[in-house]
Amino acid sequence: MDWITNAAGRSVPAEIGGRKLKPFAGAIANESPTLAALPAALRPLPARGRPNKLVASWDELLDRLDLRDGATISFHHHLRDGDRVVLEVVSRLAARGLRGLTIAPTALFPTHDALLPYIRSGVIAAVEGSMNGAIGAACSRGEIEKTCVLRSHGGRQRAIQEGELAIDAAFIAAPCADPFGNANGVYGKSACGPLGYALPDSERARQVAVITDGLVPYPCQPWSIKGGNVDYVLQVESIGDPEKIVSGTTKLTRSPTQLLIADLTARFIEAAGLMREGFSFQAGAGGISLAATVSLAARMRAAGVKASFAHGGATKILVDLLAEGLLGSIVDLQSFDLDAVRSCASNPRHIESDPFASYGPRSAGCVANMLDVAILGATEVDLGFNVNVNTHSDGQLLHGIGGHTDAAASAGCTIITAPSFRKRIPIVRERVTTLTCPGEVVDVIVTERGIAINPRRADLADRARRAGLPLVTLERLMDEVLQITGAPESPRFADRPVALVQWRDGTVIDVVRQLEHP
Amino acid sequence: MAAERFFAGAKAKSDCLVAYEADQEPLEVEVRSSVGALFGAAIAAAVRRVAAEFGVVRGRFEIEDDGALDGAIAARAEAAFRKAGFARIAAAAEAAGPAAAPVAALRKPSSKDRPRRARLYLPGDQPHLAINAGLFGADCLIFDLEDAVAEERKFDARILVRVALERGVMLGSSEIIVRVNPLSGPYGADDLAEIVRARPQAIILPKCESAADVAEADRAIGDLEEAAGMPRGFVRLLPLVETAAGVLQAAAIAAASPRNVALCFGREDFSRDIRAVPLAQGAAPPAAAAPQSAAAPQVAGASAQAAAAAPAAALAGFGFAGIPGAESFLARQMIVLAARAAGIDPLDSVFADVEDEAGLIRSCAEARALGFAGKGVIHPVQIPVVLKAFRPTEKEAARAERIVAAFDAAIAEGRGAISVDGAMIDAPVAAKARALLTQYRGEA
Repeated sequence: MDWITNAAGRSVPAEIGGRKLKPFAGAIANESPTLAALPAALRPLPARGRPNKLVASWDELLDRLDLRDGATISFHHHLRDGDRVVLEVVSRLAARGLRGLTIAPTALFPTHDALLPYIRSGVIAAVEGSMNGAIGAACSRGEIEKTCVLRSHGGRQRAIQEGELAIDAAFIAAPCADPFGNANGVYGKSACGPLGYALPDSERARQVAVITDGLVPYPCQPWSIKGGNVDYVLQVESIGDPEKIVSGTTKLTRSPTQLLIADLTARFIEAAGLMREGFSFQAGAGGISLAATVSLAARMRAAGVKASFAHGGATKILVDLLAEGLLGSIVDLQSFDLDAVRSCASNPRHIESDPFASYGPRSAGCVANMLDVAILGATEVDLGFNVNVNTHSDGQLLHGIGGHTDAAASAGCTIITAPSFRKRIPIVRERVTTLTCPGEVVDVIVTERGIAINPRRADLADRARRAGLPLVTLERLMDEVLQITGAPESPRFADRPVALVQWRDGTVIDVVRQLEHP
Repeated sequence: MAAERFFAGAKAKSDCLVAYEADQEPLEVEVRSSVGALFGAAIAAAVRRVAAEFGVVRGRFEIEDDGALDGAIAARAEAAFRKAGFARIAAAAEAAGPAAAPVAALRKPSSKDRPRRARLYLPGDQPHLAINAGLFGADCLIFDLEDAVAEERKFDARILVRVALERGVMLGSSEIIVRVNPLSGPYGADDLAEIVRARPQAIILPKCESAADVAEADRAIGDLEEAAGMPRGFVRLLPLVETAAGVLQAAAIAAASPRNVALCFGREDFSRDIRAVPLAQGAAPPAAAAPQSAAAPQVAGASAQAAAAAPAAALAGFGFAGIPGAESFLARQMIVLAARAAGIDPLDSVFADVEDEAGLIRSCAEARALGFAGKGVIHPVQIPVVLKAFRPTEKEAARAERIVAAFDAAIAEGRGAISVDGAMIDAPVAAKARALLTQYRGEA
């Protein structure tokens, strides 16, 4: 295998399985896009009259779909840990004797650990999509036959658009759909909020099937998924477990360390002058991010400042801020709790988004470009402000990228929040184990032991210093942390890359290597 | 016949459960850890360092770890070896690496003048709660060996706290205090013997009922200080009064030792001791009786605070007894009088309902109105609320500024008697105003 060093100083393979790879050339290298394949989903003119897309059973659906060994099938993750469709499809295809499949989910959850036997038996040969938990660990051990690909939400949409990720069949679980294939996620017993992650798949996959447990008469509206892109509609008893699709109410952290980081983050945003009238922000649904949203809202309230919009996953906390008038609108990619689902269904200011609109790399700008502040997490950061969100320090692949790099590379100010160590594992490292997001697009790192500001952003540092915020250099922070935790050993890797980490433009920024002694 | 196994520690985050079993084979250390891939060798090395300090060369040692720091590992190993009958043969500093450089030696003696507005209680046997405790801005950190530690954990806890004090990692600039068990009971003397040499800045003496209780602790601590080569009087005392007998002796207790830097009141135990049954227990709305957060360290029950949160209207018609907290008013005033007469700060009880911020604000305002200089807190989220409540107001600061200006002008002009807003100003009044201003400006 030929290896080349990319612009981030990481060694990456020149080609994998006969496919030539482009090395990362910089966060905004402006390399012109190329079409890897012609769009597959160009259909012949439809016949006159109503098309009959309803199929009677899983067997009929799978009989009618053209799927062979080595096919690529895709799924969305709006049903999260409650999803039943991924396993249903894979187990039925396995029973039909298919092998060597590539699965391309937008994300996987613990319930999908049940895919492991299909990986081991060769039914699944590759995963192009986030690999979490047991699937990620199996990938780290080298159990997945082909090299997997990790992409951000925007990167995945781009790969589909350019034909790099060619999908043979998209299976779109839909809480509400009509017999024509129009579908949404805001109604029905399995309501999950937006359905946007499935939109690129519906537009470009060679064959598209909607699986629904909430069949309604035509026209189903809103049509997050347009029936014109859908070939088959299958009605089933249940697409998922509602208890696990959305949590009751998102609970705020009580961890004093997380609350301290959240408070510092909000203080920084105000001190840096980012909290202006009409500003916008993105904060995830993790413990620190939610708490930071609450802290920020308190400061907005006290200062009489309103935000024009918040972007990303929606929770009760954002919904309440919308109702209070502190937010002009919510631009929502996925709803995490029932309050967010209801708000998405009923409030016109709660806007359903999709990966192209939110994060599209081949766009003339996306929602993330309109953000003043993005608050994101990390499993590791390093002295160059580089961020790892995929692997842990022991080398295990345990997380997907999500919208991390899309938001980081597009927002006006990118803030990473993380404790400086977890249990005794230092988070501030000399060099990240895996590079997901380059330091050139990371402005600020907030930990419980102080705020580190990228030297490129002297403007931010000046304002933070004047406000009396505790500023630290990453070098000092790392030394302090190592004093507490002791120095960890390095994981031992074999040469074989088990997964490519793609930058948003499709270039390879790093690889995840197989663990030698997992 | 299976050899006896000696356990210490717990299966908990940032902690480890260890087991030692004597046999004739050379010492074997078996590590199972959630961070084993990164720290497996470091964990085994930490155990072997302690084994060397205790002369343990044979036997079998198992450790089940969930990310404990070296200090916690060392404390748990020491506890297991001591239970098995080993005694220390080498100082920790000789066997340990530079990471364990004792910071205890750098700790300065405390004084009665430092602020003790928010004092955070940390259960002595839970390392994960202590890890970042120095970051939250508490005036005092109290490692609790008394109510927060179950009987069967007392032995492990006092070693863990001693090691935390010796290594001093992450304790920040807060005053370092240990609440020992009462000297009248079976654990107090052992607590002191373990803790004093690690140079805590102060010790809280619970269940103080007489000047003799304080004098006994004074003597015992003095002997231990001498044995450890520390200056006699280094360790200060905060007597904790929480019984009827103690309240009646408060004045004598407050004046019983030059080590005394503050006098604390314990409301939960006091209310129990006088057998007060708050009216509000029957009258409180359900919301006031909501269970407290499971994440909150348990220091005191929530019943008295639930009573304090009950709306006054529900208790109308009961007269004085209907005022929330009435059962402890006299006692708290006596604590304030005793402390102030002895020239030290009176400190109020904890507020146990972590979820009830409004209740905490009320409780702080009430404590301040009675003359208390601080509150106990059981969760870091309470700290900023308490600090704010005990912070001088703008009005107080403006008045202090006028006093200082008038006093300084009078001194410069060689004038004698001066007054501000009709009140006479002398040197102590001016000094107090200056201290208040420093505090006010420091937090602005």
